[in-house]
Amino acid sequence: MTDRSATPKRGSLHRFANPGRFLRLGRTLMPWLVAVCGLCMASGLVLGLAVSPPDYQQGESVRIMYVHVPSAWMALFVYTAMAAASAASLIWKHPLADLAAKASAPVGAAFAFLALATGSIWGKPTWGTWWVWDARLTSMLILFFLYLGYIALVNAFEDPERGRKSAAILALVGFINVPIIKYSVDWWNTLHQPASISRIGTPAIHSSMLWPLLLMAVGFMTFYAILLILRVRSEIAAQRLRVATMASVRRE
Amino acid sequence: MNAQSAPADDAAVRPAAAGGEPGLWFAFSRIVARDLRLALRQRGDAAMIVFFFVLTATLFPFAIGPETNLLIRIGPGVIWVTALLAVLLSLERLFLADYEDGSLEVIALSPTPLGISVLAKTAAHWIGTGLPLIAAAPLIAIFYSLPADALPVLLLSMALGTPTLSLVGAIGAALTLGARRGGVLIPLLILPLYIPVLIFGMGAVDATLAELPAAPYLLFLGAGLLLALPLSPWAASAALRQALA
Repeated sequence: MTDRSATPKRGSLHRFANPGRFLRLGRTLMPWLVAVCGLCMASGLVLGLAVSPPDYQQGESVRIMYVHVPSAWMALFVYTAMAAASAASLIWKHPLADLAAKASAPVGAAFAFLALATGSIWGKPTWGTWWVWDARLTSMLILFFLYLGYIALVNAFEDPERGRKSAAILALVGFINVPIIKYSVDWWNTLHQPASISRIGTPAIHSSMLWPLLLMAVGFMTFYAILLILRVRSEIAAQRLRVATMASVRRE
Repeated sequence: MNAQSAPADDAAVRPAAAGGEPGLWFAFSRIVARDLRLALRQRGDAAMIVFFFVLTATLFPFAIGPETNLLIRIGPGVIWVTALLAVLLSLERLFLADYEDGSLEVIALSPTPLGISVLAKTAAHWIGTGLPLIAAAPLIAIFYSLPADALPVLLLSMALGTPTLSLVGAIGAALTLGARRGGVLIPLLILPLYIPVLIFGMGAVDATLAELPAAPYLLFLGAGLLLALPLSPWAASAALRQALA
């Protein structure tokens, strides 16, 4: 192990372990991400709220789907990303990975909350109740609780490093729950609609509804990327500030 | 607190016997024996957990009324939820005493893999809390007038489910060592992970009451236990290493 460890191979994720390189990359990507996010969300909202037809059974309330479904997807996606980042931080000691996991948690919790809240608002006129103990709703609620547990643990220690490392283990343990959520519809098969998008060939959803949904999904995804870059940037700044404060205290 | 500083000088700590293998099983059984001896010297703790279990379960008839059909309906669920809460209460002391008096560091430094030591401590925890809870469950089943033929399934589901509770709980106990408000944190982290055990545990009893086969639920409980058995000592020992670092 001579200087190979100092200059990692091209294409390895460790090239992004350098905070400076990450910050530069983030600054380059940011305007593009903002543009894509704005375009997709604006066109998705116009198509979803104005152009697409109301559902023949659910009427206008079906339009909540254009926020609800991407939120639910993102809640699952962010948890997966968090678990992947936690694994990278525990296995390769990647210095930015646990910052990314920590930065993702409140965003994912917000997505899960949004999915639950919009689902509840949709359920009132459609099912006639704010809440049913259906498998998918329940597992989304559990996912929300997992996010809250992660956030509580990450902030529970005097040493932020310890908090991030412990929370990384918790994220991986909780990750066992994510496939259960994904397949719970098939396992318990209750009130909630089975997933309509995944059918190969002929999707069960008309293209006039599919397009705004996909646009919103891309918009939500880029929105998450923007927030992630901003939050990791502020975490790096906070870390530098902490190191600088400690150093100045030591000097005195 | 004298018992807490009881000898940690068991075989797990001592180097291997001359020329021999360290003997994982020997180390495992010595740690179990040590933890059980500590638990026996503070008999009150286990008794209090069981007392909490029985007392909490008797609160529900007061809250919802003594109608027999209703009690039979909610009985299995109440038994499972209160057992789960009782296990939660006992989790904080799983590693805390050893962490505070330094025995945990000695155990971690010993040649025995930390995962085995964690598994031994978890086994002792289950014998100290899970078994007494199972023993007390028939009493509550009588309070809720559960039919006698549901009792074996209830006990079997608890026998399969409570070890999983101890194993998963060990992760939470290890993660929160040294945290602010560690005792409140454990339920926040662990309760969401307990939900599958609860669903299948009380599903087994419910199925029996509805005269349906309980085997699928019991098999799921067994699968959960088999999944937790290798994975959770691994995760808990990784968490302990961070607490000791």
